[in-house]
Amino acid sequence: MKKIEAIIQPHKLEDVKEALKAIGIDGMTITEVRGHGRQKGHKEVYRGMEYQVDLLPKVKVEMVVPAARADEVIQTVVASARTGKIGDGKVFVYDVADAIRIRNDDRGEGAL
Amino acid sequence: MPYRFWLALVVPALAVAQALPPSTETRLTNLEAAVKSAQSAGDNAWMLVSAALVLMMTGPGLALFYGGLVRRKNVLSTMMHSFALMAVVSIVWAIVGYSLAFGEGNAFIGDLRYLFLNGVGAAPNADYAATIPQQTFMIYQLMFAVITPALISGAFAERMKFSAMLLFTVLWLLIVYFPLAHMVWGKGGLLNAFSGGKIPCFDFAGGTVVHISSGVSALVCALYLGKRRGYMTEPMKPHSLVISVIGACLLWVGWFGFNAGSALAASALATSAFVATHFATAAAALGWMFAEWIKNGKPSMLGAISGAVAGLVAVTPASGFVKPFPAMLIGLVAGVVCFLMVTAVKSKFGYDDTLDAFGVHGAGGTLGALLTGVFATNAVNDGLKDSAGKLLPLGMVDGNGGQVLNQAIGVLISWALAIVGTLIILKICDLLLGVRVSADQELEGLDVSMHGEEGYNLES
Repeated sequence: MKKIEAIIQPHKLEDVKEALKAIGIDGMTITEVRGHGRQKGHKEVYRGMEYQVDLLPKVKVEMVVPAARADEVIQTVVASARTGKIGDGKVFVYDVADAIRIRNDDRGEGAL
Repeated sequence: MPYRFWLALVVPALAVAQALPPSTETRLTNLEAAVKSAQSAGDNAWMLVSAALVLMMTGPGLALFYGGLVRRKNVLSTMMHSFALMAVVSIVWAIVGYSLAFGEGNAFIGDLRYLFLNGVGAAPNADYAATIPQQTFMIYQLMFAVITPALISGAFAERMKFSAMLLFTVLWLLIVYFPLAHMVWGKGGLLNAFSGGKIPCFDFAGGTVVHISSGVSALVCALYLGKRRGYMTEPMKPHSLVISVIGACLLWVGWFGFNAGSALAASALATSAFVATHFATAAAALGWMFAEWIKNGKPSMLGAISGAVAGLVAVTPASGFVKPFPAMLIGLVAGVVCFLMVTAVKSKFGYDDTLDAFGVHGAGGTLGALLTGVFATNAVNDGLKDSAGKLLPLGMVDGNGGQVLNQAIGVLISWALAIVGTLIILKICDLLLGVRVSADQELEGLDVSMHGEEGYNLES
């Protein structure tokens, strides 16, 4: 099993979700995060106090999929999340040791 | 003669007597009483509404305005400053405050004739407002006493111990507010132009009494308490400008009670003050906004609402004395000057006046008080007459340039009382309770450390 972790632009979340649903991937966990790679932030000013805001809002999408489907999922995420500009985000892939369904103790790929 | 005979005679006679028209004399007396009652009803209705509007300025106006500007971990603490004072000041006022401020006393402080509101009832007090119950006047003035110490909380937000703040407020009312209110508005007050004061100052709704006193005291507090941990090195952005905007709008609307209500009647003067207040605020909001636009490249929401508040502050002493366009000028100048105070001056001297109580109220109040000496005119306010009943000139535009000097003296006295009084009180509070929270408490956030609560439990 592989964990696919994608950090994407918040406004691309709907596109990514729709694309994943279309290939039969329903299970995912979404978190609102802040971060940046090479994307420049912006300046905010409050009554003369300047703040350089470098940590930008992003969305993290995590899903665990059977190893055989990993490439397909990655391509789907990348294609649906891409805008072509700096700040599009990244996808990371991890090995997963095990997965358990809490409701009924299913294990391994059967729990996905 | 039988009882029924007399009944048959008396009842028709009475009926005929009722039907006869009352004398002209009686009618006139009744009419005079009805007119007086109607005038009083109109004035009283307006004044009760004004009192409610001024209370609204503190809660939720100031609570929201200040609350949104601090970090999330201190939002409740900041709102608690305003709210707790709504309660504490009210009790102190009822017991002794009204008396010390408005009992005749001497030129500097009132006496104890109204202790426990003794004698303050439905009958008007002609020294202050002849057409409304004295109780209305008392409750109206209370709302001013409530908001003034609440304004100071802007300077010590995010680091003041709650218990010390309560003690500070009670002492500050006794040592600074009641004397100053008495001097400017009390019968025979030293600075009361309308009551024979030796240094006649014009302060329609509290430029000195409320804004200079609180703003300057705020600066003293900021300097005494010291800067917040991490000031200038850690980010301390307003956690919710949305809340602050709502608060600022409530302040603008409520201020009509503050300024126009200070006419103490539903009169043409109240209208004039209402109008002057509104136009000054509009100009000030734009003044700050454009100054910021030029300096920083973008007009900010925070700048616009700060400008509006600066205008409201500056026009406060002038509101019942100036015409609309001079009011606009006062507002415009206040917007720009306070913008500079809060950005350039504050960063140059490096003091942590957290919510700019000094920069807006101290500076704006001083500016407004001085400009009142320039633009006050008897064309707006006919309160000062000579023994022959002729209107006396008020400000520079009336040919009385010397009034600016009187205003300056009043300003200096306010500054002095605020500085000396606040220093003494801070020292007392520090010795008895300690005024600043510990480093851990400050880091944790005052909502948790002082009040055991969090403002937002959005996950629940």
